[in-house]
Amino acid sequence: MPAVSMTVNGKAVSGNVEERTLLVQFLREQLRLTGTHVGCDTSQCGACVIHLDGVSAKSCTLLALQCEGANITTIEGVALSDGKLHPMQEAFREHHGLQCGYCTPGMIMAALDIVRRNGNDLDEHTIREQLDGNICRCTGYHNIVKAIAAGAKNMKGAAA
Amino acid sequence: MSSTATGIGAPVRRKEDFRFITGHGQYTDDVVRPGETKAVFVRSPHAHAKIKNIDVSAAKKMPGVVDILTGAQLATDKIGNLICGWMIHSKDGTPMKMSAHPALAASKVNCVGDAVAVVIAETTAQGKDAAEKVIVDYEVLKAVIDPAKAQAKDAPQIHADIPNNTIYQWHLGDAKAVAAAFAAAKHVTKIDLVNNRLSPNAMEPRAALAEYDEGTDNLTLWNTSQNPHVARLVIAAFVGMAPEHKLRVIAPDVGGGFGSKIFIYPEEVVCLWAARKVKRPVKWTSDRSEAFLTDAHGRDHVTHAELALDANGKILALRAKTIANLGAYMSTFSSSVPTYLYATLLSGQYNIPSIYCEVDAVYTNTAPVDAYRGAGRPEATFVIERLVEVSARQLGLDPVDLRRRNFITAFPHQTPVIMAYDAGDYNASLKKALEIADVKGFGKRKREAARHGKLRGIGYSTYIEACGIAPSQAVGSLGAGVGLWESAEVRVNPTGSVEVLTGCHAHGQGHETTFAQLVSERLGIPFENVSIVHGDTDKVQFGMGTYGSRSGAVGMSAIVKALDKIEAKAKKVAAYVLEAAEGDIEFKDGKFTVAGTDKSAAWGDVALNAYIAHKFVGADLEPGLKETSFYDPTNFTFPAGCHICEVEVDIETGKTEIVNWTAVDDFGTIINPMIVEGQVHGGIAQGVGQAMMEGVVYSAEGQLVSGSFMDYTMPRAHDLPSFHVGLTETKSPSNPLGIKGCGEAGAIASPAAVINAITDAIGSEDLAMPATANAVWSALQRATPRQAA
Repeated sequence: MPAVSMTVNGKAVSGNVEERTLLVQFLREQLRLTGTHVGCDTSQCGACVIHLDGVSAKSCTLLALQCEGANITTIEGVALSDGKLHPMQEAFREHHGLQCGYCTPGMIMAALDIVRRNGNDLDEHTIREQLDGNICRCTGYHNIVKAIAAGAKNMKGAAA
Repeated sequence: MSSTATGIGAPVRRKEDFRFITGHGQYTDDVVRPGETKAVFVRSPHAHAKIKNIDVSAAKKMPGVVDILTGAQLATDKIGNLICGWMIHSKDGTPMKMSAHPALAASKVNCVGDAVAVVIAETTAQGKDAAEKVIVDYEVLKAVIDPAKAQAKDAPQIHADIPNNTIYQWHLGDAKAVAAAFAAAKHVTKIDLVNNRLSPNAMEPRAALAEYDEGTDNLTLWNTSQNPHVARLVIAAFVGMAPEHKLRVIAPDVGGGFGSKIFIYPEEVVCLWAARKVKRPVKWTSDRSEAFLTDAHGRDHVTHAELALDANGKILALRAKTIANLGAYMSTFSSSVPTYLYATLLSGQYNIPSIYCEVDAVYTNTAPVDAYRGAGRPEATFVIERLVEVSARQLGLDPVDLRRRNFITAFPHQTPVIMAYDAGDYNASLKKALEIADVKGFGKRKREAARHGKLRGIGYSTYIEACGIAPSQAVGSLGAGVGLWESAEVRVNPTGSVEVLTGCHAHGQGHETTFAQLVSERLGIPFENVSIVHGDTDKVQFGMGTYGSRSGAVGMSAIVKALDKIEAKAKKVAAYVLEAAEGDIEFKDGKFTVAGTDKSAAWGDVALNAYIAHKFVGADLEPGLKETSFYDPTNFTFPAGCHICEVEVDIETGKTEIVNWTAVDDFGTIINPMIVEGQVHGGIAQGVGQAMMEGVVYSAEGQLVSGSFMDYTMPRAHDLPSFHVGLTETKSPSNPLGIKGCGEAGAIASPAAVINAITDAIGSEDLAMPATANAVWSALQRATPRQAA
């Protein structure tokens, strides 16, 4: 089996994978980073969103081998280095932006990329449009939208 | 309202969130056991076919294959069938006709996705490769998909021993009284409704991991279950997999259920059986395509309903005839959904003197249908709330006014369909909803919308549901095979911290938080010092699980009863500690005091003394501080409220936007308003999904057309508005906390509100769910045919 090396959450990792092994399988099964979830098999639900070189990507839609040399961040790598929650994570808790928790890692990773693309002042319409790639069955999105708006604002404060 | 920041009524942030927002949740697929193998099922591509032969010889030679097992071997090993646990009798007194449901089909398949064999392999990929090499020789038979056609003379018979594909022909109510009322009525409203079939789609797909311990002969099952004890009971007592005490079922973090994870499915049975055969752990994780094929679907009713009214708009009687599609096999609680969870709620919030409902349940060559969020009550609400709205329009009355004329205002109220409503104030929730929704300003908004080429409509749904499921003797008399009480065990540790073991199961509801709020307030101890344990049959005593909005009303009542016992015992201990008479001990805010003195003992002191037992002798008082309760409710609870939906329809495209949503609900006592509002939001989203987007589609041959998220429309963030949520409160008199339950209300209320709003906008009742842009546009064309140019 071919070897693959990449950086995941700041650590250099490598492994041998089948050519068909998906990035999400490599993360979950070999690295045991099970926070990244699989909710569908058609790249529709977004439970598996990670950051690939700083940009959100669905890890069910990438082969592990495509990510040779890449810098990957998963939900396990989002908390700040001092162990504190990231403002976006904190906002999901504060605004009850999760219920069963299954879509949540993908939502938070997608939310961070919405902020990267659109800045810290997000209106409801923008958030709802930009969340198109993530499905939640529990919350009706109401509190996820509130959480992302608040998290985006607080990220600005945290950076300042 | 609580006096503390973490007590009853406080919007406490959830204990469970930290692990979920940091990626440390532990769902079934995240659990890995040493030597684990993977199960891949070989499934029928045909809706209806005889299995003539299964050849696994080539598949067995594929890399990584550990074993391949078929239905024939399952039968040889005498693994029993899956069952439906609620007996319904037909109107002629005969019991329902339940077909055999083997976990692997051996001789015949009855729906696409029916499993015929399982490949056990080192990896899932190898299992899938091998599954493709399993050669199944089918003789394809004609299939029947449409429930309305299942009983036809020329319909193919699905189960050899069940004529006309008819499971039961059930009825409820007084047919004669209803006929007399209709004969005397001034106005009769008639409607035909299809309650569309839904795919539950919890975001975590189902999964099962089974492990066999040769040394002890014990089996362990990690399973995406809403009710692990019930799963263990059925798999032990009916499937006969292992004695109940030799089987442990663990339901760890579960990523949503909505009913679909109540049921006992073939896959967990097969994983247990296979684990014992191959002597290695066996894991199956559904992919989404399998979930669409095999998770029990919801709804799927075809109904004709009529409402009789007098000259003053008073409802005289209601009658309904429903055909309910239960799919190819009877799932665990399928029989109860279109009967006692449906017809018993047809009275809605209204004083209706007589009701008669007939329900035929039929087999079709489709996936099994069972409870999905609301389970029968959304179907009932859709019937009565559409009837009322259409009646108002036909009579030229304001739909709000017609509702008010018929509201039940005195309690208790015995409906003609079993239920005895114990408390409510339907005018109060309606009034508050009208204010929040600014219904007075609707006319202006409608005129404004018209200037932009939009049709604006408003729709109401004043719903009721029966929750707090359920008083055991009552459901037993209606055919339930189980009691529906709940259990709790409260363990006070020597240091005074508390563990509560509950028979409920949380899969998004936040029990770890709300249950801890109750204990914290009651014992006067910090919220952080309470932990809630659930979902493991080796830890928790028998319990019934979570569904039917029961965890607050029934599960927390069990905790209250156990806490009563804890307090009583702790007072005995405190009496010894404080050297006072037991009758003089008072307990408040976590402190025991001797009445009329300044002598006191802290909670922690009493807890420690209960365990060190130095101040009393065992003959007088048992050491320890741990109590158990089994709480059986005295009645259902009756959450009710008013949802108002306002829509704008684009005349050119039919595209419909929800521009305003108001929900005012009466859930009785609220433990955590933040969590309750979240439940309402999610329920509305699922109901809006049903009303406007979702629908399971099978081809006439029984192929599942809506088999992925690309074909089955799930509500996404931009499909929904933010919701205006309000509360009114009448306490339930049927449980010690006054809780009614909130989990299903949104899904129950909302489909009728949406369809009432869109039909108001387009001026036509001829609109079926899901009201997609195409459906709305087509309805507009039918209602106002374009003039030839």
